[in-house]
Amino acid sequence: MLEMIRQMLNATVGQIVPAAWQAQTVEVMLIVMQITIILTPLMLCVAYMVYAERKVIGSIQGRIGPNRVGAFGYRLAGLGQPIADALKLILKEIIIPTGSNKFLFVIAPILSMAPAVAAWAVIPFAADTVLADINAGLLYVLALTSLAVYGVIIAGWASNSKYAFLGAMRSAAQIVAYEIAMGFALVGVVVAAGSLNLGQIINAQSGSLLHWYWLPLLPFFVVYFISGVAETNRAPFDVAEGESEIVAGFHVEYSGMAFSLFFLAEYANIILISVLSAVLFLGGWLSPFEGVLPKSAFTLPVIGSVLGGGIHWLLLKTSLFIFVFLWLRATFPRYRYDQIMRLGWKVFIPITLVWLVVIATLAKLQITPWFN
Amino acid sequence: MPEIRNMTMNFGPQHPAAHGVLRLVLEMDGEVIERADPHIGLLHRATEKLAESKPYNQSIGYMDRLDYVSEMANEHAYVLAIERLLGITPPIRAQYIRVMFDEITRILNHLMWLGAHGLDIGAMTMFLYCFREREDLMDCYEAVSGTRMHATYYRPGGVYRDLPDSMPKYEPSKWHSAKEVEKMNENRRGSLLDFIEDFTRRFPERIDEYETLLTDNRIWKQRTVGIASVSPERALQLGFSGPMLRGSGIEWDLRKKQPYEVYDRIDFDIPVGSNGDCYDRYLVRIEEMRQSNRIIKQCVDWLRNNPGPVIIDDHKLVPPRREEMKDDMESLIHHFKLFTEGYCVPEGEIYAAVEHPKGEFGVYMISDGANKPYRVKIRAAGFAHLAAMDEMVRGHMLADVVAVIGTQDIVFGEVDR
Repeated sequence: MLEMIRQMLNATVGQIVPAAWQAQTVEVMLIVMQITIILTPLMLCVAYMVYAERKVIGSIQGRIGPNRVGAFGYRLAGLGQPIADALKLILKEIIIPTGSNKFLFVIAPILSMAPAVAAWAVIPFAADTVLADINAGLLYVLALTSLAVYGVIIAGWASNSKYAFLGAMRSAAQIVAYEIAMGFALVGVVVAAGSLNLGQIINAQSGSLLHWYWLPLLPFFVVYFISGVAETNRAPFDVAEGESEIVAGFHVEYSGMAFSLFFLAEYANIILISVLSAVLFLGGWLSPFEGVLPKSAFTLPVIGSVLGGGIHWLLLKTSLFIFVFLWLRATFPRYRYDQIMRLGWKVFIPITLVWLVVIATLAKLQITPWFN
Repeated sequence: MPEIRNMTMNFGPQHPAAHGVLRLVLEMDGEVIERADPHIGLLHRATEKLAESKPYNQSIGYMDRLDYVSEMANEHAYVLAIERLLGITPPIRAQYIRVMFDEITRILNHLMWLGAHGLDIGAMTMFLYCFREREDLMDCYEAVSGTRMHATYYRPGGVYRDLPDSMPKYEPSKWHSAKEVEKMNENRRGSLLDFIEDFTRRFPERIDEYETLLTDNRIWKQRTVGIASVSPERALQLGFSGPMLRGSGIEWDLRKKQPYEVYDRIDFDIPVGSNGDCYDRYLVRIEEMRQSNRIIKQCVDWLRNNPGPVIIDDHKLVPPRREEMKDDMESLIHHFKLFTEGYCVPEGEIYAAVEHPKGEFGVYMISDGANKPYRVKIRAAGFAHLAAMDEMVRGHMLADVVAVIGTQDIVFGEVDR
């Protein structure tokens, strides 16, 4: 498929661009195309995740959720809602407060959105389907997800508002506590898989459902997911927004598209954390039937491809995690920010440290079936 | 060297956790509260002054609008004060109805408090769960008085009218088919009493549901245990009453200590806390809902078996029936006099207090013998509680301020009056 497009592009580009630049131009065009193919569904997912959130939380709370905005006179269970919301936010004025630092105020939403999107470059969607198959993939993801907090801190600072400032301070304190625990959890994965490449991490988990890392790395799995919830500023760790305390925290002064960038970044980050949890601990695109069903089952015409590994399993696992995100939000009260710090420093970091030793020992002794 | 000053923050009056129009000026050292200065008066409507300028009965409606989540309890104190000045006692059935609706009101108030308190601390779902049950109770309000909130149901001498024999029912619409409506109307087939009884059967399970979400929840406990502890002595000095006082371990409840209406004939317990923190007050209020449910059940049983008048038969105070007016000169005159001049209350002064869901709600009234009170002073429980805000939040963090506002169960309609 990729080769076919490359040839087609070669043929057309060759007539316009000098021959010396042809190869590079084609390469850039291909990458831009791939980025578009990843980002368009991602943005749609983000929009419809908001819809899903409102529906899921609605049903948990005994409500209906959005059900009016449809299209062409049909209500379609409110499926038009995200589109209408997006349109409204685009059309709204972006108010820049007088006392704010204008440059930082404008750049902050971009700073929070960009890493959330850029991190998708190294996510393997299926075997050999990845935009950038780099060896330091995990490191790249860790670096980018940590960068997102700059958007929050700069937004809080630039707004020149006390509520926003408190939100930024809380966010900074929180990220320090959780980044470390998250990092240690990922170190465990690296030790187990022996690679930083996400594709190879998934391949290292192949075998069966029990080979996936959720079992040997269970404490890391739990710590990573909870840290992920904390990192995306979602309930019960949403102290940086803390609706009932500091109103909307760091983005209290933002409106229109600037606000919605924060909003989109938050949801893109949720999906990212969910995908990463699936990739690192639930075997990514691997099928849970692997090792359970006989090999011949996977060669069946249609059922075989459904049962076998593929992007549909990754999506399913991701949706599961996203649902847990929403479920948490509907169930738990909010932590106080010193309590979050306590949880991060006094519970998660010790757990990860201890389990790291255990995992290192298991890996050194090559305990099967996980470490061989 | 630069001078280091604490940060001053305006918390409210437009704030999602301000419970209306609370303006708190907070002096903060980072996130820690050094001083909290509540500013009141943004919802002042001069209720007391208004009551002094109108015939007695016309102010009952204003009482509803004081604490607008426990309307009938407010009416009760006002009506009780008038009755005591007049020296009348309502018929026993009216007293049972009042007790029943006082307790329905208590549940209404506590549900509102639980929802808002939960929402403040971040447990968003509580709010909607509580409103689901409030809906049923508001339907009870609607069935007896015609309105869902501001009932104006209590009158000096009894209650406005007897309990209805049928409940208002849903009707099929664009949104609900006849079949759905049939299901929604299932518990509305009988009288109001059947509906209430059905509610009292369902409600304990609902409270269990709320408790599953909160009582043993680690985060909830971290956010409430040890927050804003008030010692029993201090609670008394600060003028606390109601659940705020009982949460600190003092067993003081006007329903037991100075029984009014028929509370002395009814079997119920008074829960008290031991530490006086937010968690204890939470537990006390949850248990109060269970006890209220018990009281309502007893009232329903009594009311079912004992029909009778619900308002005294004195047309100097109570308007005559509409039919009588049509062919009875005397009734017509009574009606005219009542709706223009009202009635005159003998000279004297009185303080009547009820155990309002939020604490002691009292009305102090002076009559100079005219058709309107010379002076009305309303003692709202929330006012004393709010005054303790500074003491309760000092040294705690910003997030705890919200928890304290929640635990105080502040409603500005009654604080600002």
